Amino acid sequence: MTKEQIIKKLPYEAPFLFVDEITAVDEDKITGNYSLKTDEYFYKGHFKDHPITPGVILTEIMAQIGLVCLGIFLCDDGVNSQIARVAMSSTSVDFFKTVLPGEKVKVKSEKEYFRFNKLKCKVSMYNDDDKLVAKGVIAGMVANLD
Amino acid sequence: MTNEDLLSKLKTIIEPYVQNQEGLQNLSENTNFIDDLEINSANLVDVILDVEDEFGIEIDNDGMDKMLTVKASIEVIQDKLASK
Repeated sequence: MTKEQIIKKLPYEAPFLFVDEITAVDEDKITGNYSLKTDEYFYKGHFKDHPITPGVILTEIMAQIGLVCLGIFLCDDGVNSQIARVAMSSTSVDFFKTVLPGEKVKVKSEKEYFRFNKLKCKVSMYNDDDKLVAKGVIAGMVANLD
Repeated sequence: MTNEDLLSKLKTIIEPYVQNQEGLQNLSENTNFIDDLEINSANLVDVILDVEDEFGIEIDNDGMDKMLTVKASIEVIQDKLASK
């Protein structure tokens, strides 16, 4: 499965698709990135007159790239009709830097285990200066639907 | 290993994942992990992985599917221990 095919299989769309590019993927890890648009819908209210990317959105970016994209890759058995569905089951994320409108963030995820349909990953996020933005553990249940 | 020893070890393993403490206090062989202890399916996987580490056994998909109650779990674990 190619990196482009993974993105095509994602079940999200604007304004809640947070994956621009997958840069590397194998059985154990994945990396990708997303550039926050200056007019993302959440900047209007977070915060008043002072737009900063919400931690929940950073977590979502980490989950979409680090958990869902890797889950889709791991579930691929070459049968096109099957679509992997991922339900997030737990997150634990620490935040180190703020992310402003227009910034590009890179996500690295390492598989801790994928057993009995549960995928658990160590996920970290970096800004364009390669400074750590966020780091944590995200897990979800992954299953193929016909 | 006796069933009592096994139950005691199992109780220690499941404790961090239990949401319903009353269910844990009333633990019996009929206790259902999801219905009585409110463990979610993702944490049930962690219970199984912890069981593997604790007893040095490997649980397959069939075993996982069966291990929904205390009684069924003890049976699966005893079975795996016997064939070690």
